[in-house]
Amino acid sequence: MNAVIRYLRSLMLLELLRGMGVTWRFGRAPKPTLNYPEEKTPKSPRFRGLHALRRYPNGEERCIACKLCEAVCPALAITIESHQREDGTRRTTRYDIDLFKCIYCGFCEESCPVDSIVLTDISEYHMESREEKVVDKQQLLAIGERFEDSIAANREQDAKYR
Amino acid sequence: MPIIEIVFYLFSLVLIASALCVVTVGNAVHAVLFLVLAFFSAACLWMLLHAEFLAIVLVLVYVGAVMVLFLFVVMMLDVNVSPGSEGFTRYLPAGVLVALAMAIQLFLVIWTRGMEAVPMPEAPDKDYSNTRELGKLLYTDYLYAFEIAAVLLLVAIIAAIALTHRRRPDAKHQDPGRQVKVRREDRVRLVKMKSEGEGG
Amino acid sequence: MMEQLGVLAWTWAKIMMIVFPITIAVAYFTYFERKVLGYMHSRRGPNRVGPLGLLQPFADVFKMLFKEIIVPTNASRFLFLLAPVLALAPALTAWAVIPFDDWLVLADIDAGLLFVLALTSMGVYGILIGGWASNSKYALLGGLRAAAQTVSYEIAMGFALVGVVVLAGTLNLSAIVHAQSGSIFSWFWLPLLPLFVIYFISGVAETNRAPFDVAEGESEIVAGFHTEYSGSAFAVFFLAEYANMILISALAALLFLGGWLSPFQGIPVIGDTFLGAGGIHWFLLKTAVFCFLYLWFRATFPRYRYDQIMRLGWKVFIPITIVWIMVAGVFRVLGWYGS
Repeated sequence: MNAVIRYLRSLMLLELLRGMGVTWRFGRAPKPTLNYPEEKTPKSPRFRGLHALRRYPNGEERCIACKLCEAVCPALAITIESHQREDGTRRTTRYDIDLFKCIYCGFCEESCPVDSIVLTDISEYHMESREEKVVDKQQLLAIGERFEDSIAANREQDAKYR
Repeated sequence: MPIIEIVFYLFSLVLIASALCVVTVGNAVHAVLFLVLAFFSAACLWMLLHAEFLAIVLVLVYVGAVMVLFLFVVMMLDVNVSPGSEGFTRYLPAGVLVALAMAIQLFLVIWTRGMEAVPMPEAPDKDYSNTRELGKLLYTDYLYAFEIAAVLLLVAIIAAIALTHRRRPDAKHQDPGRQVKVRREDRVRLVKMKSEGEGG
Repeated sequence: MMEQLGVLAWTWAKIMMIVFPITIAVAYFTYFERKVLGYMHSRRGPNRVGPLGLLQPFADVFKMLFKEIIVPTNASRFLFLLAPVLALAPALTAWAVIPFDDWLVLADIDAGLLFVLALTSMGVYGILIGGWASNSKYALLGGLRAAAQTVSYEIAMGFALVGVVVLAGTLNLSAIVHAQSGSIFSWFWLPLLPLFVIYFISGVAETNRAPFDVAEGESEIVAGFHTEYSGSAFAVFFLAEYANMILISALAALLFLGGWLSPFQGIPVIGDTFLGAGGIHWFLLKTAVFCFLYLWFRATFPRYRYDQIMRLGWKVFIPITIVWIMVAGVFRVLGWYGS
């Protein structure tokens, strides 16, 4: 008797209908996907994106060419050359970051005694030729100037955990 | 009706050419495909003669099912591409004999009917249903023949199954019916117990 | 002669009037499929090309058309290129006998149902030949699977349609719809409920769609019969598959859900208003419901194992259909259904 009932029930395809119910529910559920360029997920202030060199508020560049970042860089992506400026301070003449090599670990930023080299939260950038992926000092400074506001805000937000 | 005639000769040509190709091409798969083409052109010719039901059934049964299985088997077998002339002389006598017999039959049919052209059957009127007429004939006048044919086919089916169906005792196989029947209670026993680390 | 040419031209125009909307329908069916699958996967589906992604099908079509057709080495070139055409031709030809409305049918032939069955059974040649001509083991396996599956399910499908023919007493599709007129309860889905279910499931198997898509079987045999196809040749296979799906849906609507008849027909008050009148919109609506079911199945069910497909077809569907044909015969003799 049980077998007969089970057989008849199997003909009603109950399991299949239940499965279809599941997909139907999911079809009507709200979608977690964001429409990327228009909508974005919130980013942490610690996000490690494109590099930048910062300046002091009076316009002086922060970097003192201590080469700690060059030393700590695990991917050997940073190349620095320095000289003595007329006022006696040590400054870089060359500060190249090879973005092919960079692994965005953020060690350079942590090692920097003057908060000069930083990783911004810029994740959307592109280069149009291979040469452009090695960025030099001027470009890094330009990035720093352009995004100083957001860089400073992010550092300030994160300051109490450092 | 020139268009009808053009269509007729077109399909006749295709039929004859493809029938010839069936026996002349070397590749077995190509031969089967030519046979399909031959069946299809024959169906089209029947359609011209207002034998819709027969034409469609020819396509449905032979083209749609029998030849698909044929092709299935030929594709599975590792048949070598034969040059065609292989064994030609050996099978020639038998072939000639069969061809002669067929030719005589055809000749006799044409002889009894006379050589004058047979006119096209007239287009039936709107209410006339080919299928209905065939069904009436099959289930009244020719009922016994029809039933005997059906029984013959049934015997053939049973014979085919009986010949190929052997149960190997050592063969392992799954029974989907039993797989489906399994419930969670048959496989898992949920036990409630205290965690051992408690109190320690 | 001139008159005949005129008839030919007019017929040609009528064929175009059917083929063109079907092509558009196929294009938007693919869009709809991606949307529905996306939603059921908690995604959004295509929404970048045009508003709501509505131009996506055209982007796909142009991409396909501009790609190169690569014929594999040692492939049988003629058959390789012929196969997509062989798949498409029956899928479009079968639409000739589909009545969209009471008067809207290209060829109102007497054995319409048989004609459709014959043509759908021919569609497998495209797959089989394509699989063989590709000279690829995956394609060959896919083709062979498709052949065995189509032949098996054709029997169950044919038997399911025999039930319809028993009740309607005719093979003409328009007449079958007329035989269902009355109310929603005189449509054939009610007396033939098991056959209705079996017909549609067999239809899914016949068109090699999920969960019966072992002929494609991308997790086992790459892409099955169309592994080696690219560009417009692949697009034609695609077109054929979707045209066949819409055809099976349209047939299900015609044979079991009363085609162009209105579901409100025969209901006292509503039935007398415009809602009770039949029309092509009802037919298209019913067809769309079945098309949606195809996608719903695909989103829900995992692929059948090959031996399970065969078991389902031969050991479950065929016995049930045979039993229900007899039940349908009893209905007919008692005069409950059919004319």
